[in-house]
Amino acid sequence: MTSPTVYLDHAATTPMVPAAVEAMTAHLLQVGNPSSLHASGRHARRVVEESRETIAQALNCRPGEIVFTSGGTEADNLAVKGMFWSRRAEDPRRTRVLTTAVEHHAVLDPVRWLGESEGADVELLPVDDRARLDVEALRAAVERDPAGVALISVMWANNEVGTLQPIDEVVALAAEHGIPVHTDAVQAVGHVPVDFATSGVDALTLTGHKLGGPYGVGALVVGREISVRPLVHGGGQERDIRSGTLDTPAIAGFAAAVELAVKQQAEHAARVGALRDDLVRRVIDAVPDAHLHGAQLDSGQARRLPGNAHLGFPGCEGDSLLMLLDARGIECSTGSACSAGVPQPSHVLLAMGCTAEAARHSLRFSLGHTTTQAEVDAVVEAIGPVVERARAARR
Amino acid sequence: MRVIAAMSGGVDSAVAAARAVEAGHHVTGIHLALSRNPASYRSGARGCCTIEDSNDARRAADVIGIPFYVWDLSERFHEDVVEDFMDEYAAGRTPNPCLRCNEKIKFAAVLDRALGLGFDAVATGHYARLHTGPDGLVEMHRAVDHGKDQSYVLGVLDQQQLRHSLFPLGDSTKADVRREAAERGLLVADKPDSHDICFVADGDNAGWLREKLGDRAPNHGGAIVDESGEVVGEHTGTYGFTIGQRKGLRLGRPAADGKPRFVLDIEPVSGTVTVGPRERLAVHRLRGIRPRWCGTVPGRLEGTVQLRAHGEELPARVDVGEDGVEIELLEPAYGIAPGQAAVVYDGTRVVGSATIAAAERVPA
Ligand SMILES: Cc1ncc(COP(=O)(O)O)c(C=O)c1O
Repeated sequence: MTSPTVYLDHAATTPMVPAAVEAMTAHLLQVGNPSSLHASGRHARRVVEESRETIAQALNCRPGEIVFTSGGTEADNLAVKGMFWSRRAEDPRRTRVLTTAVEHHAVLDPVRWLGESEGADVELLPVDDRARLDVEALRAAVERDPAGVALISVMWANNEVGTLQPIDEVVALAAEHGIPVHTDAVQAVGHVPVDFATSGVDALTLTGHKLGGPYGVGALVVGREISVRPLVHGGGQERDIRSGTLDTPAIAGFAAAVELAVKQQAEHAARVGALRDDLVRRVIDAVPDAHLHGAQLDSGQARRLPGNAHLGFPGCEGDSLLMLLDARGIECSTGSACSAGVPQPSHVLLAMGCTAEAARHSLRFSLGHTTTQAEVDAVVEAIGPVVERARAARR
Repeated sequence: MRVIAAMSGGVDSAVAAARAVEAGHHVTGIHLALSRNPASYRSGARGCCTIEDSNDARRAADVIGIPFYVWDLSERFHEDVVEDFMDEYAAGRTPNPCLRCNEKIKFAAVLDRALGLGFDAVATGHYARLHTGPDGLVEMHRAVDHGKDQSYVLGVLDQQQLRHSLFPLGDSTKADVRREAAERGLLVADKPDSHDICFVADGDNAGWLREKLGDRAPNHGGAIVDESGEVVGEHTGTYGFTIGQRKGLRLGRPAADGKPRFVLDIEPVSGTVTVGPRERLAVHRLRGIRPRWCGTVPGRLEGTVQLRAHGEELPARVDVGEDGVEIELLEPAYGIAPGQAAVVYDGTRVVGSATIAAAERVPA
């Protein structure tokens, strides 16, 4: 009860870094709407525009390509719906939306909504048992009717099992047919190298609270040539794509966090990746039938997020494990979305071919910038007895 | 002790959890998800299966300052409670799903899981009292608030289950519990009580059964006859009736004597419902099966029985035999249906219960 909390749920949200807290608080007491013409407004606008430039530099995009939003969910909705609407307005044959079966709900749900309410033809593409997109299935789907495809959305990195998607292959394929590609890079920025211009994607989502910035702020990076119908109408502050008075302090904190996260990415990945490898190996030593979901450790950095350890513990309920670890001050996640308060087996694991049973015995530890060796040691020490207990509770 | 507090989202279980904390226990709150898809059983109305209830329970746990989780028991609940409820009605009996849920879910599936996880007890907001008797056995007694007493629906618990149960509200009145909830800042303080069966919307049993039973219903209609066999009406399924029922019979003609008529008999195979005057419902002897005893199995006992939730207590002689329980009622009971539970009391103490298999009527 007295030991400090072991926080291993960085994929849900990660603590703000001091640089972001400083940048944010520096502006909290300063008045000024960045749209106002007077000095206070000009000052706020300067903060916003400098932040935009900072982020642009970190992601290798142009400042004008950044649309600030209230976070990842809004940016994903804007990309999916906004690009669908404008592509179909240009050519009514473009009704197809291609995405993967393992997207975050912030993509899946708007895509489904387009299917149910806007007449979109939705295809959720299959993944392999490591959650990696089957590019040949995507190729076949595109080639069935390339002129009908409004957009392709494929996440950069999966939030549950940490699998990195073959974005370059997706982009190459889409380019053959002039189809725009959106990617949800919420879990990727700061953890793996993300370069907007080089990647060739047309739109990219990121959010503050997964990389050391504040909650409630994020961005959609949209290529200049891409047109996106707005989701939120109003003052048209952001390129007429997004309206609403900009949150200057949050944007300043967001930019500081992005800058730092990208600058330290390689070092961070090496350090956190080593801790993660240690955690996985020693947990499996302690619980021999435990297994890692997603890309295996020896598959290299290009396959898996460095901080993600998604493990299956046969014979246990993930819920029981989570609760028992929580009682010992160790915080992680089952990764299962809570639909209507009832834990549902994860759509990601089901898409990877796990049975509903196997999907329920899973636990996600996600490591981040504050993770220490002592925290890993604490998990390794607790996991054996906890798994034993959880198995007893199942019978 | 390490205690699991089952929190429904209502005021009683919230206060029970708070009191367990105050008694010095290490308490973890849980909400039971009893339906995979909450809207499928019940929507809008008060019940144990809505998202709102789950959120209310979570908020209460946060206010009390205890960890909170949702436990998915929807499969067990469906198999052990909902299926049984449907089968019983299809067979012309009248089940009590709340007893069943206590026996199979709250103090079985939940308790087993809790014990497996290293907890010592399950606390609920039921109104009943527990204390250890001179023989070292845990006794269950009626609650101080007789109007709220819920010992009837707990009459299925055996000694093993009672040993791991906590009912922190047994010594309180409902009014006190509401007042305490308000004082503790629990926003559920003025939430209305739930009364109906939690998974049946708006108390419409017959409508719910019609929809869920579908092809499993023994019939979807038949005759309503009087005791002489004369057809006096028709119905859309025997499962819509309970013995003793008076409302909703929609009989075309009034009885010759002008008195109200009641359901006397339900025959699912032929699809016949028999009606008659109230006197004909009078029962003086019951046979019970599947007995469950809270403590030592009694041989013979003179005490009281209660035959339905919030029903009256009737003096009775109870004989426990090899293959069941014989209950002789010293005063007649009316409207007794097979499937209901007879809970036996010795004073305020719950002795045990049995499921009514047959009710013998006073000869005409
Ligand atoms: C892959 C992914 N996309 C989108 C989101 C949503 O981002 P936000 O919380 O900023 O709305 C998350 C965060 O849960 C995520 O992991």
